[in-house]
Amino acid sequence: MASKKKSDADAALHKELLHSMILQRRFEEKVAEAYALGKIGGFCHLYIGQEAVSTGILSLLRDDDYVLTTYRDHGQAIVRGMSPRSVMAELFGRIDGCSRGKGGSMHLFDRHVNFLGGHGIVGAHVPMATGVGFAIKYRGGDQVCICFMGEAAVNNGAFHESLNMAGLWRLPVVYVIENNRYGMGTAVDRASSIKDMYKRGDTYSIANAVVDGQDVFAVRDAAQEAIDRARKDYAPTLLEVRTYRFMGHSMSDAASGTYRTKDELEEYRKRDPITLLERRMLADKTLSKSDVAGMEAEIAATVQDSWDFAENSPEPPLEALYEDVYVETTT
Amino acid sequence: MPIITYRDALNQALREEMHRDDRVFLMGEEVGVYNGAYKVSKGLLEEFGEMRVVDTPITELGFTGVGVGSAMVGLRPVIEFMTWNFALLAIDQIVNAAAKMLYMSGGQFPMPMVFRGPNGAALQLSAQHSQAWESWLAHIPGLKVVTPGTPYDAKGLLKSAIRDDNPVIVLEAEMLYNTKGEVPDEDYVIPLGKAELKREGDHCSIITSGKMALVAMQAADQMAKEGIRIDVVDLRTIRPMDVDAITASVRKTNRAVVLEEGWEVCGIGAQVVDYIQRDCFDHLDAPVLRVHQADVPMPYAKAIEKAAKPDVAKTIAAVNKVMYR
Repeated sequence: MASKKKSDADAALHKELLHSMILQRRFEEKVAEAYALGKIGGFCHLYIGQEAVSTGILSLLRDDDYVLTTYRDHGQAIVRGMSPRSVMAELFGRIDGCSRGKGGSMHLFDRHVNFLGGHGIVGAHVPMATGVGFAIKYRGGDQVCICFMGEAAVNNGAFHESLNMAGLWRLPVVYVIENNRYGMGTAVDRASSIKDMYKRGDTYSIANAVVDGQDVFAVRDAAQEAIDRARKDYAPTLLEVRTYRFMGHSMSDAASGTYRTKDELEEYRKRDPITLLERRMLADKTLSKSDVAGMEAEIAATVQDSWDFAENSPEPPLEALYEDVYVETTT
Repeated sequence: MPIITYRDALNQALREEMHRDDRVFLMGEEVGVYNGAYKVSKGLLEEFGEMRVVDTPITELGFTGVGVGSAMVGLRPVIEFMTWNFALLAIDQIVNAAAKMLYMSGGQFPMPMVFRGPNGAALQLSAQHSQAWESWLAHIPGLKVVTPGTPYDAKGLLKSAIRDDNPVIVLEAEMLYNTKGEVPDEDYVIPLGKAELKREGDHCSIITSGKMALVAMQAADQMAKEGIRIDVVDLRTIRPMDVDAITASVRKTNRAVVLEEGWEVCGIGAQVVDYIQRDCFDHLDAPVLRVHQADVPMPYAKAIEKAAKPDVAKTIAAVNKVMYR
């Protein structure tokens, strides 16, 4: 009976993970469509291919934990619990967007779920996440701060300065390097003197590990260890998650042809994190084809709803232009 | 009223505010064990402990970002730069993060934090350690910038800065730390954005701020001996600037000299002159003149360093010129 309960619980969890990953994928596909129609402007970076990273890690967090990330933030925002409506409305530049139309794709924020952005300067949010870790320790709390970054950020000073302080002061931060192999169009082996990013943790006495980012269970296992370390011992971790983006860096470059070959892309597509999970669940019979169809239909409706909501939300009024530059001091 | 140094006035402000609010902490290089590179934080480590008086590695970008992150979740950091010249390494966190977080999050994340330290030239520190950054920082919407010129202003403005829910830049000065003045023991604040008429006169206005207010007062004293009465407006806050105080003075005197420590091009003085030409055009009896640093990096050798800096003699010369004397 006990093992039946456990396997039921596992099956339910696996479905949740799959749902979370498919939701991100379909959402981003819809974003691409809206971008092509001119409904979304500016820079826009899709998360397609990396969904197991956000789902694997954020599915382990408590509500009072914190998340900071880069400008490739749509997927993580949704997994963290922001509504697809508020994210899509932000991308559309509407008043009901999570940042009231002031931030756009790169600056998603939601204080209700401790999603602290959405940052556009490579590496710059790494010290901020370190500061969140500092604040947790300052208050004697047991929360954890997750800091996502691309592998290109580890060559910049902000990263190293942060890891030094986190190692020195023992801060509860999990630094997650999403190594998708390209910093914009520059391959990792053309930018980093060290190929194993996680080893940079050794320099700062920080526990480190590397994990297959296309396998959501592997990501979860590695992340759980890191989160426990932060929560129980105020100890940071540098976790390298090896993944791949199936789209271009942003909406302005092709998925392949310039800095990476079509063959390479196709090779990585064989390890699509969603396909891998689906296949596994179908094989162990925790998922049926009709389950998938049902899930897809429900997600399609959710995503379409986010589009409709965004389209019907007004643009920020002109008086909003001068709002939020300063806050009135109340203390 | 007790007479204390500018340095001790800052120390009082920090101590009082740290007692008042346990979210306030001080972070920077040498602020703890060393008691501060300029002893501004003397005794604070002993009093508040190492979680609240935090010695950092020499890593301006990093610890400034730590401050930003901690402010995002409700702490109230005071980030000390050993000099504002070093803050250039952290300018991304000040300009791209602290100044913009509230706006780009649609009002969700205020940044209740202070960035402070000595600004401008001291003596013979040469090019990299002698720069006045007011105009760079005041250029940025989202920041407030204050330049206390006296011990009284230093305490009152720093306390206001710490209590403000926005990021506030406090530009102190190495040459001011030992200056003395009357400072009340009790709690008081000076509102941000308010200038002070430091001396009244009706012949000519000198609009200035911070350390240069001392220069302006000395120039005014000397000119008083010749019967020239100068109105000295100490802006105290560069952003938001007290335009009413500027125009009230110039409408009274009909002549103005704008005195600043930094360089001429795109300087604070250019902004002040713009306000004057817009609001006082019909009141002016002479073109407004500016006194500022020579348009060169600061040299080391004494004589040419002196020649590069704005001073009393240059200020008096400018006043004489606008008075057609």
